[in-house]
Amino acid sequence: MLKILHMTVNGKAEELAVDVRECLADTLRERLGLTSVKKGCEVGECGACTVLIDGKAVNSCCYLSVWAEGHSVLTVEGLKGPNGELSPIQTAFIEEAAVQCGFCTPGIILTAVEIVGQNRPYTREELRKLISGHLCRCTGYENILNAVERCVAENLARQNAD
Amino acid sequence: MAIGISLVRVDARDKVTGEAKYTADLEPRSCLVAKVVHSTIAFGEVKAIHLDEALAVPGVVKILTYFDVPDYQFPTPGHPWSVEKAHQDVADRRMLNRRVRFYGDDIAAIVAEDNVAADRAARLIRVEYEAYEPYVTVEQAMAPGARAVHDERPNNVLAHSGFQVGEMSYREALASEDGLVTLEKTYRTQTVQHCHLELPTSIAWQADGKINVITSTQIPHIVRRVIGQATGLPWGSIRVIKPYIGGGFGNKQDVLYEPLNAWLSLQVGGRPVKLEVSREETLASTRVRHAIDFHVSGAVRKDGSLVARRCLANSNQGGYASHGHAIVANAINCFKQLYRDEKALECQANTVYTNIAVGGAMRGYGIPQGDFAAECLADDLARAIGMDPLEFRLKNCMQEGYEDPHTHIKFYSYGLRAAMEKGRTLIRWDALREQYRDQTGPVRRGVGMAIFCYKTGVHPISLETASCRMVLHQDGSIQVQMGATEIGQGADTVFTQMASEATGISVGKVHVSTVQDTDVTPFDTGAYASRQTYVSVMAVKKTGALLKQKILEYAGYALRLPVENLDLRDDQIVDTLTGEILRPVADVALEAFYSLDRSQHITAEATSHCKINTFASGCCFAEVEVDIPLGKVKVLNIVNVHDSGSLINPKLAEAQVHGGMSMGLGYALSEELLFDGKGRPLNPNLLDYKLPTALDTPDLQAAFVEIPDPTGPYGNKALGEPPAIPVAPAVRNAVLHATGVAIDSLPLSPQKLVEAFAQAGLIED
Repeated sequence: MLKILHMTVNGKAEELAVDVRECLADTLRERLGLTSVKKGCEVGECGACTVLIDGKAVNSCCYLSVWAEGHSVLTVEGLKGPNGELSPIQTAFIEEAAVQCGFCTPGIILTAVEIVGQNRPYTREELRKLISGHLCRCTGYENILNAVERCVAENLARQNAD
Repeated sequence: MAIGISLVRVDARDKVTGEAKYTADLEPRSCLVAKVVHSTIAFGEVKAIHLDEALAVPGVVKILTYFDVPDYQFPTPGHPWSVEKAHQDVADRRMLNRRVRFYGDDIAAIVAEDNVAADRAARLIRVEYEAYEPYVTVEQAMAPGARAVHDERPNNVLAHSGFQVGEMSYREALASEDGLVTLEKTYRTQTVQHCHLELPTSIAWQADGKINVITSTQIPHIVRRVIGQATGLPWGSIRVIKPYIGGGFGNKQDVLYEPLNAWLSLQVGGRPVKLEVSREETLASTRVRHAIDFHVSGAVRKDGSLVARRCLANSNQGGYASHGHAIVANAINCFKQLYRDEKALECQANTVYTNIAVGGAMRGYGIPQGDFAAECLADDLARAIGMDPLEFRLKNCMQEGYEDPHTHIKFYSYGLRAAMEKGRTLIRWDALREQYRDQTGPVRRGVGMAIFCYKTGVHPISLETASCRMVLHQDGSIQVQMGATEIGQGADTVFTQMASEATGISVGKVHVSTVQDTDVTPFDTGAYASRQTYVSVMAVKKTGALLKQKILEYAGYALRLPVENLDLRDDQIVDTLTGEILRPVADVALEAFYSLDRSQHITAEATSHCKINTFASGCCFAEVEVDIPLGKVKVLNIVNVHDSGSLINPKLAEAQVHGGMSMGLGYALSEELLFDGKGRPLNPNLLDYKLPTALDTPDLQAAFVEIPDPTGPYGNKALGEPPAIPVAPAVRNAVLHATGVAIDSLPLSPQKLVEAFAQAGLIED
């Protein structure tokens, strides 16, 4: 059975018909073409399908699309600035060599967006815990942590400067 | 200079923006879906398969069983085809099977309009089996009277091999002198899985007179050949496309479901069919790293000299041959290539069919297993004579200039001892060995190490061939096409650097095509061993020289100057005598394209047949804290030091090492694919199969001794797989130092440690 769903995706109001059994990862990928939302397990174990719903990181494979009614969804396709410039977090992931195969990357970047958005400092151990819902087989998390640490620090420095 | 700089990954931008397209992202509209039906017993025969109810499910298009696939047996490993029959891979697999050889074997396939229909149909298929008692262990499968898993191997031994080094046998060596200290041990490694984040999806359809397959593979050209062998289709009528890949680690160095998917598409009129494999299916039904048992003996003198060793390795192959005996044959080579036995080394290996998940290639190709055994034995022997294990290794390890007596692979550059010395300093070995002596109490610390060596490519065991094509664009930039594949390791970035170095075109103007298309891309066997920066870049270097020569010849014509006096540096044609910049390459390119006098599209293409191979080496040092009552190991500090020749891109090299160390830590401490007595996998999911998370992983330190290798195209040698090799034995040896308890099997799980500590009297009842 199809149902009309209204949600904001990457800043744009969307109205679309979805199957009531459909998960948000499939809706975003198949109906909106947002293929940065990766499916690595479909049961919430790997974190690759993470998106932000009203700013909070959620495994979109375990989230029914109909629950997104009235909510705001962010994927990495929505992170670029108005002139196509990369966000500081995307830049940090590139420069810190935090990207290898890239399959876990969009999900972790979104968790990093949530972390950085808290506008507070974190220890490396706290960051380890906060990103531990994401599995990565390529990096050993070392450079990912470096990138997230850098983003947290840079963001705080910007806040202090303002 | 483009070599030795930390150029940012050429694909990083695509990957952080979501623009990078992986196989599942390329699904055509109105694609059908396929679902494989797996056996629910580990060993037996399908007696009947009832499809009526499943076929009645709305949306089901077709269901195929073993009756509906060609009766061709084919090999699946990602090896180059051998033109000599005796060296061809074992062809023991069909696309769908009647005889079931492991739990999760492929017995039928459903094509449906959507996943819901396919899943419903799968649940309604009724299968009648004649079940046999499955063999989970090598011992069961080798027992007298055991039933053959494959009729072609009545005793279930897929293959046996061995070698002997030295003038005498192990037994003779023991008898030849008094006072030797000897040990007999069994070291066991477990079944683990690659757990690449991207599942091995494929999409197949017929168009343009071809069967087209997009697939997440490390080896597109080999996949093309095996689809042909499996289906009987002419190889040229098959087109395989490899887009961005979300990790492979060897599982995708095997032909998995591509032949079946191609066949399914052809059975539904060539319509596009997407075959997705779930995480659970990937763990249970694709490939795993072989569990190998090593029955080992060793003899040393009290002065620490290694006199003799003997090893019998039994490898649990699972239900099909895949990479088969090549894995354990490589594993026992580790004994030979790492230490000098003064009098004797005897190694034997068996690969045995059983009824668990199929063993294939996984990062290190047998060496993580062999290194665990060799490096546990090294520590145990050192301990038996009261010698520092680092001193033991420095005394007995392979020396500069070593050449394997059988394969003739050499250490053309040698940094093993330097790596050990560097690791010694970085971990503060001498201070910590002293500090952690004679501890008491429930929480104890220790420091351990392990060394390894690893051959870079596969010559002379297999063919090493690689091809490259370079195409000059109208603006003086170039397109580089290679059959070598980017799977996440950073290949395209270092290829960019090396192509720049070879041509004189700056890195920003070199574009390496990341997508391989077997109809377009020159031939290369793909991403495996640690070969591509070595073997495939030999083709880059050769092609780059050709392209440069052609550009210079055209420039010489255009400038009316002798070509011998010209060079191409930093996108400029320069006079080699004066150093004067004569003309930008961009201008030469434009003129070459559009000259009314002599129009020429400048391209170059070359194959490099590599007939050389060199050893890389290195070590891992780990400092651990062991909570004895809890059986928990915490890694406090860990460093890998690599002798991998010149680094092409230091930052990516470090990142590669981090990933390997993490994989090694999972192997050491938490990962194991478990099977029950019926051969059923118990934990084929990422909740119960314990991949390290960020919380489980300490900071990872990567270090290098950069000694240029004279055989490497730019002084480089293997780095892709090696980082995963020495970690598990280093951690095990650190636990030995901390507690005095030798754990002889992987992983060092809390339950196993508590049992061992209790047995050693460290935990009281």
